[in-house]
Amino acid sequence: MTSYLDFEKPIAALESRIIELRETADEGSLDIESEITKLQSKSSKMLRDTYTRLTPWQKTQVARHPERPHFKDFVKGLFDEFIPLGGDRNFGDDQAILGGFAKLGDRRLVVIGHEKGDDTESRLRHNFGMGKPEGYRKAIRLMDLADRFALPVVTLVDTSGAFPGVSAEERGQAEAIARSTEKCLSLGVPMIAVVVGEGGSGGAVALAAAERVLMLEHAVYSVISPEGCASILWRTGDKADVAADAMQITAQNLAKLGVIDRIIEEPIGGAHRDSNLAIATLGKAIAEELDELVQLERSALRSARRDKFLKIGSL
Amino acid sequence: MSWLSNVRNKIASITKRETPDNLWHKCKKCEAMVFLKEFEDNMHICPKCEHHGRIGPMTRFAQIMDENSWKLIPWAKVQEDPLKFKDQKKYADRLKDARAKTGEQDALINVVGTIETLPCVVGVQDFAFMGGSMGLAVGQAFVDGARRALKDQCPYIIFTAAGGARMQEGILSLMQMPKTTVAISMLREAGLPFIVVLTDPTTGGVTASYAMLGDVQISEPGALIGFAGQRVIENTIREKLPEGFQTAEYLKDHGMIDLVVHRKELRATLAQVIGYLMAWKDAA
Ligand SMILES: [Zn+2]
Repeated sequence: MTSYLDFEKPIAALESRIIELRETADEGSLDIESEITKLQSKSSKMLRDTYTRLTPWQKTQVARHPERPHFKDFVKGLFDEFIPLGGDRNFGDDQAILGGFAKLGDRRLVVIGHEKGDDTESRLRHNFGMGKPEGYRKAIRLMDLADRFALPVVTLVDTSGAFPGVSAEERGQAEAIARSTEKCLSLGVPMIAVVVGEGGSGGAVALAAAERVLMLEHAVYSVISPEGCASILWRTGDKADVAADAMQITAQNLAKLGVIDRIIEEPIGGAHRDSNLAIATLGKAIAEELDELVQLERSALRSARRDKFLKIGSL
Repeated sequence: MSWLSNVRNKIASITKRETPDNLWHKCKKCEAMVFLKEFEDNMHICPKCEHHGRIGPMTRFAQIMDENSWKLIPWAKVQEDPLKFKDQKKYADRLKDARAKTGEQDALINVVGTIETLPCVVGVQDFAFMGGSMGLAVGQAFVDGARRALKDQCPYIIFTAAGGARMQEGILSLMQMPKTTVAISMLREAGLPFIVVLTDPTTGGVTASYAMLGDVQISEPGALIGFAGQRVIENTIREKLPEGFQTAEYLKDHGMIDLVVHRKELRATLAQVIGYLMAWKDAA
């Protein structure tokens, strides 16, 4: 059962009408069958139209949709093998940032990403995908491992931001994020970052300073959440939709700004309506990008990555 | 005019006459009133409680650099207002106002010069310019400062001060985190020191990039330094923050800073540190 977002209410109404009709329909009643077919085509047209015209704020809601595939779903769907690796060897094993060895087809790689969880219990365990310093330090450790053993790095970014808490500050949240970004930039192996849901600020960029940054069609990536921006600049969180517009946070915006390299098409109605298809499409794209990147020497990879960020904003 | 407002006006005019803004300075911490001249002669430090006031780039350069040794590194051009951003006010107008107020182009200024005869490039962030926030211009200035240090084979010293990223430049401001980090990697590979001096306040994306990547981390006393904002944290944990949370001294206690240095000793300390980090070059 899909949970509908606010702006999907007309679609929800149509779809529940279809279910109703099905339940009350006499076997083989042609009238009702044709009514159902009509409603179905109307509803799928409405879904397509709505999703081709999503506003940035609507996309933010889609990107945060509870049924959207999360790190664990991607890992399960993308890879034939996954060996989880944990811990920063210093303090703990953050569950908001996960990673391990994985096989994409025949290709061995290291995957790292944010996991938000998908029910109350797992959301708490994964801290809603908000990484702590030990999470970013685990990512650094895994990237280092990948670099030394010539394994490409794939990251799946999905976080509202790094965890804002006293203990996180005490253990150097800012330093951990800065070092993680630095580690990305120093890698001599291919790195592909995919913003699969929410790319929230420094907590996202710490895993996304890659030479190839991909974004799912309805994902968002921004310097601050629309609510946060609205409460600072408009002095009210109610203007989140306006802030989302102004900040240009969609995959389409970011491709135009030259910040991301490729948009991964989502199934009609968003990745949560057909996660298998969404994941398969992403898998193909990652494989294509890797095919290209593995041809490059260590120094060429590093300088391609650095040049990409150095030239952002220059005239 | 009512009696009350009459009295109020009188009080206002009396206060005005006795404490004109240009004569007295009220300490932000202990609220002591001191002669502005005395405060300025004391490097903008409160003579009563040692509170370090915020200072802009030009005052900083005058305090840190050898006299007549330094000159400004010109601004590189970047895209201006890339998103044509408008909140309650146009970003273009905010920029215009900040430029009029500070007389500067943006929130980071670099100079090349010497500290106790040691050559270096020094960048200072200006909190008075839109909260020192990091956008394209700041990121580019940082890269240019580092590049000049590479060219001159000398250290790059950055005085940080920022409320965070320049929201009005959206994702492009966030991209300055990796961009500035690339510049630090270049210094590192060339064996050149990158020294960070954290000043009040340094928070957000600036803290989570170059402000935490110094080979040696120095801070002025009492400076506010953190990643997340205090109100955000309070709302998350729903409890009071510990005493002295996110101050320079707190960060030092938690291992994030090497030295907390009084402003009067900063110049000498920097010279000492440069001496150690550049010793390999004299030996070569
Ligand atoms: Zn004082």
